[in-house]
Amino acid sequence: MSLRAPLARVLSHGSARDGVGHWLTERVTAIALAPLIVWLLLQLLSLPAADFRTVTSWIGAGWNPLLLILTLLLASWHSWLGVQVVIEDYVGGFLSRSAALLLNTLLHGLVAAAGVYAVLRVALRSAA
Amino acid sequence: MAERPLSPHLTVYRWGYTMTLSILHRMTGVALAFALLGLVAWLVSASLGPSAFAALVPLLTSAAGKIIAALAVTALIYHFCNGLRHLAWDLGFGYERVDARRSAVLVMVVTLIAAAICIYLIFRPGAGAA
Repeated sequence: MSLRAPLARVLSHGSARDGVGHWLTERVTAIALAPLIVWLLLQLLSLPAADFRTVTSWIGAGWNPLLLILTLLLASWHSWLGVQVVIEDYVGGFLSRSAALLLNTLLHGLVAAAGVYAVLRVALRSAA
Repeated sequence: MAERPLSPHLTVYRWGYTMTLSILHRMTGVALAFALLGLVAWLVSASLGPSAFAALVPLLTSAAGKIIAALAVTALIYHFCNGLRHLAWDLGFGYERVDARRSAVLVMVVTLIAAAICIYLIFRPGAGAA
């Protein structure tokens, strides 16, 4: 016996087989980000200067490119999920909500890709 | 789509400071999405070469740039601390009212101390000199 009302079934309301995936991914990315954010903040605050040479050599040094890419990907992912929930809570109207959600997804994808590209470009140049 | 009831009806509750922390978590989260955009813009300009990066440096080392950096760092520290509080709740700890209030005070105190240290480092003489 199904607990769902017949109307809900024909309207496709109810389980989309997504379950707690969104909620859980928010937590998993948060846990993964926690040590990375501490690392990034300490690194940025201890940069001796803000000039080109200092910043690019820091980006390319040691394990920094890997940690930076991890941080950027996880932060983009976590931010994408979080802003999505905020939009779903506060933006009404089918069209504006859909547009906001689409923009959220596209911009976070762009931010993640641009960040990874920039780190690789600096790191591979300094390695070459 | 038919008008559906909205929940929770926040206006029927007496204000408690844990509510302020709750909405601050969202506000700092959204602010940090923009901070991430700024971080990536900084990295991209560094990847484009010395002249592109040099164009950005005066912006970053200006008073306005440092204030924005200080606000972003404060938002980050708050969201980090309150995020740990949320993770503790997710594990089932700290739900009692007295515990939730105590952890709220702890989050605010830790945030203020850590943010004050970071803001000092951002604004200390000679910081971020080009």
